[in-house]
Amino acid sequence: MALHEIHVTINDEPEQVSVPANMTLMRMLREKLALTGTKNGCSAGECGACTVLLNGEPVNSCMVLAVECDGARIVTIEGLAGQKRLAPIQETILRQGGVQCGFCTPGILISAHALLQRNPDPGEDEIREALVGNLCRCTGYVRIIESVKEAARMQSAAG
Amino acid sequence: MNTHPTLPEFDYLRPRTPAEASEFLSRHPGEARPFLGGTDVLVRMRDGFLTPRFLVDVKGLDGANDLRFDPKAGLTLGAAVSMNRVIASAEVRTHYPLLAEACRSVASYPLRTRATVVGNICNASPAGDSIGACLVLDGVLHVHGLHGLRQEELGSFFLGPGKTRLEAGDVVTALHLPLPPRGCAGVYLKLGRNQLSDLSIVGVTALGHPDSSCPSGYRFRLALASVAPVPFVPVAAERHLASHPITPESLREAAQLAADACSPIDDVRGSARYRRLMVRNLSATALAQVWGRLTG
Repeated sequence: MALHEIHVTINDEPEQVSVPANMTLMRMLREKLALTGTKNGCSAGECGACTVLLNGEPVNSCMVLAVECDGARIVTIEGLAGQKRLAPIQETILRQGGVQCGFCTPGILISAHALLQRNPDPGEDEIREALVGNLCRCTGYVRIIESVKEAARMQSAAG
Repeated sequence: MNTHPTLPEFDYLRPRTPAEASEFLSRHPGEARPFLGGTDVLVRMRDGFLTPRFLVDVKGLDGANDLRFDPKAGLTLGAAVSMNRVIASAEVRTHYPLLAEACRSVASYPLRTRATVVGNICNASPAGDSIGACLVLDGVLHVHGLHGLRQEELGSFFLGPGKTRLEAGDVVTALHLPLPPRGCAGVYLKLGRNQLSDLSIVGVTALGHPDSSCPSGYRFRLALASVAPVPFVPVAAERHLASHPITPESLREAAQLAADACSPIDDVRGSARYRRLMVRNLSATALAQVWGRLTG
């Protein structure tokens, strides 16, 4: 199988990676770049544990081929905080007790962050709809939803 | 079923023109496949149901990413336009809200960043959520094949589960929806095992609009998901509503006709018997909702 040379920006860092066609973005992040914050839950685009931002929008990285990402800008959980120590949604999920085993958490944070970018003041239904693709077996979702509401309040207070 | 997280080996190419794509696809019949969002194809490959030697990425072709509304001609959706873009489009929400509603019922936001309406159609699952809206809105596919461009009407496009009129060398470049009928109202009711994100047990698309050519004064269009080998149009139900005065009774009769006409199967999501009953109930609900909106 031929290898494809791709150039991507991951968490603001330019990377050049050699990937076979059948390597998903998820596997490239974990296996080629040691960015193991992105998790493999189902390999079928159903659980959301592998959610990352691709050109600003959340995707299930198990449903994207690495070779399709030439020239793309990717943000993983490792880069969510940017220059800060924690993004607002990371602070609030810890404060609200929205993390137990932590396996769903990176994907949840990416999806929640993307929601607040496009809708800074979401109602409960909108939060639930935005997170429906991020399954959690531990928390029962209530604390996660509350943490998104608190992060929204924090961000609007910060102006 | 092989659910190992790695994909089987294949080669990937990205043709620059439809001619290049059609030429390559026709030279490798049965072993090359057009590739859009990948949200169905990759899963089927991982599970061993599809083993293409080549994936031909057609998202970069001219017009593939265009979403255009023409007030005289209607809506043109390039093949690569994602469902999230369709949902967010002001023109779709204004002129084809039924399509946005149907797309919104699919999976989840991250999945819809990649999933496409054209891909949903070409995957030809009877459960395809956006297909019903495209059927009742008289959608037409623009196809580029070995012999050039042609159009395929959706009404005759589906031949069986996962089977369409597309042949080796064919690439769907766009979906076109003509202008919606004046004064129409539509709804998509989806029954799943949960409130959001599941594949449908039953999906009912209903559209109605004033039509003086119908004895009843109204024309209703229906499409049913997950209850037949293909996305299914219960024609007898539609005819009933075209020819009988619209009353709660005639709407219920039409719902029963829809239930009688479909051919559901038992599967992991529901039994055939349950599905048939739900077609009756959800069709009645959908028709009543549409009628309520048509009559203010």
